[in-house]
Amino acid sequence: MNWLFKYANPHNFMRLSNVVLPVAAIATVLCLVAGLYFSFSVPPDYQQGTTITLLFIHVPADLVAMAAYVVIAVCSLLSLVWRHPLSDTAARAAAPLGAVFTVLGLITGALWGKPMWGTYWVWDARLTSFLLLLFLYLGYMALWNAIEDEVRAGRAAAILAMISVVNIPIIKFSVDWWSTLHQGETIMAGKLAPVYLPPFLLMMAGYMLLFLTLWMMRIRTAIVERRARNLMVSA
Amino acid sequence: MNFDMGQYGAYIWPAYAISALALGGLSVWTVAAWRRAKARLAALEKPRAEKPRRETNT
Amino acid sequence: MSPFLTLLTRDIKLAARSGGGAALALSFFALVATLMPLGVGADLKLLARIAGGVLWVGAVLAALLSLDRLFQGDFEDGSLELIALSPLSLEMTSFAKIAAHWLSTGLPLTLLSPLLALMFNLAPAPMAILFVSLLLGTPAVSAVGAIGASLTLSLKRGGLILPLIILPLLAPVVIFGAGAVAAVSDGMAGTGALELLGAFAVAAVLLSPFAAAASVRLNLGN
Repeated sequence: MNWLFKYANPHNFMRLSNVVLPVAAIATVLCLVAGLYFSFSVPPDYQQGTTITLLFIHVPADLVAMAAYVVIAVCSLLSLVWRHPLSDTAARAAAPLGAVFTVLGLITGALWGKPMWGTYWVWDARLTSFLLLLFLYLGYMALWNAIEDEVRAGRAAAILAMISVVNIPIIKFSVDWWSTLHQGETIMAGKLAPVYLPPFLLMMAGYMLLFLTLWMMRIRTAIVERRARNLMVSA
Repeated sequence: MNFDMGQYGAYIWPAYAISALALGGLSVWTVAAWRRAKARLAALEKPRAEKPRRETNT
Repeated sequence: MSPFLTLLTRDIKLAARSGGGAALALSFFALVATLMPLGVGADLKLLARIAGGVLWVGAVLAALLSLDRLFQGDFEDGSLELIALSPLSLEMTSFAKIAAHWLSTGLPLTLLSPLLALMFNLAPAPMAILFVSLLLGTPAVSAVGAIGASLTLSLKRGGLILPLIILPLLAPVVIFGAGAVAAVSDGMAGTGALELLGAFAVAAVLLSPFAAAASVRLNLGN
């Protein structure tokens, strides 16, 4: 645990991210470029035809959207239980990123749905759950913005995040239950054929690294903004 | 590389385009905010650095 | 009278006094139930099919109306600080407020539902299930609502954020509640859905006082 607190100090975090950020950024670009190359080099799927290419940008967006909320929840836990000073900042920084990835997941899901099921919006379990996840993100960001005192806003948002994250599996379960009740199973892709693994894994990695890079940059920005505010107050 | 997506092209290309736009825009926004913050801090720190230090008697 | 009961009756009386308590929620519920057919048409078979969902959503929205004042009134005039200092723990205080809210909104809404269900041409069996589902589910609405209310109690216009925060969390309640009604309408048993709803409600009612108390403490500056 101690290493976590070592980087709780903003100064130490800045030093660490000075090194890690450029590496992450370069890795992001490499993975995305390679991923895109492979995405357009694979043969069409036996069942889904060329729409298999959508899998390479839809699933990574969905997974990052979920991962970002878990990140927010972990940071919130650190903030509430251990009073880890930088976690509030880190949680808040992750939220807009997660929200954008959620929207991307919804849009790419809809564009995948049209050729697959015939309509843009389908109330299937996955899309519906992600729509609810988007609202969770919006509520989280709204709460941060509404409370003026930053420390209190952080604590309140942390409580909300913890409760929401407990609810996410329940929401997913209930939507799955509901969706099988009404339409029978909507089949998404089954096992992924090995030939599709390289583009999928590369795009997965690229999306995750992009999130990490942008997240680190947003935390750094918040630290610098706070320093500027402190200077203005003490001037 | 194969860019012929057949009948599905009308869905695939917009999906990739929107993803590129969204993620690219997100990156631009993030970098711009960083640069703005850095510039503001530098501007605030400049006059302090230039302020002459006063001699003390003790 | 125990501190718990004192707080409970006080909150119920306050709810009745300001804004009519149950009357407001009931009127809203009835209005939503009236507007729906105006919107979707008077086809009775259609109405019977959508009754579960429409009435469930209407009940949730009606219960929402009085939620933002759950802690805010006491916070604004300083009573909340006094209550926090009283021998009654903040967790029990929250539980009392949840109970008061349910008794003054959730329960009346449940009692009105058979009448509205009649207007939607719902058959007796699904109507009974609707009643039971609301009876089980409205406490969950009050409980989850209390969490949102305690998080936003310091906000002047917190009432706008409150629905945004708690409605996604209430999705399972609506899904299971309306799902039970739909199942019985289709001739299947609604017990599975009711069990899931009950489980969610029990968990919500037991756990939310702790979350609400934490939020109240946060806002009182402890």
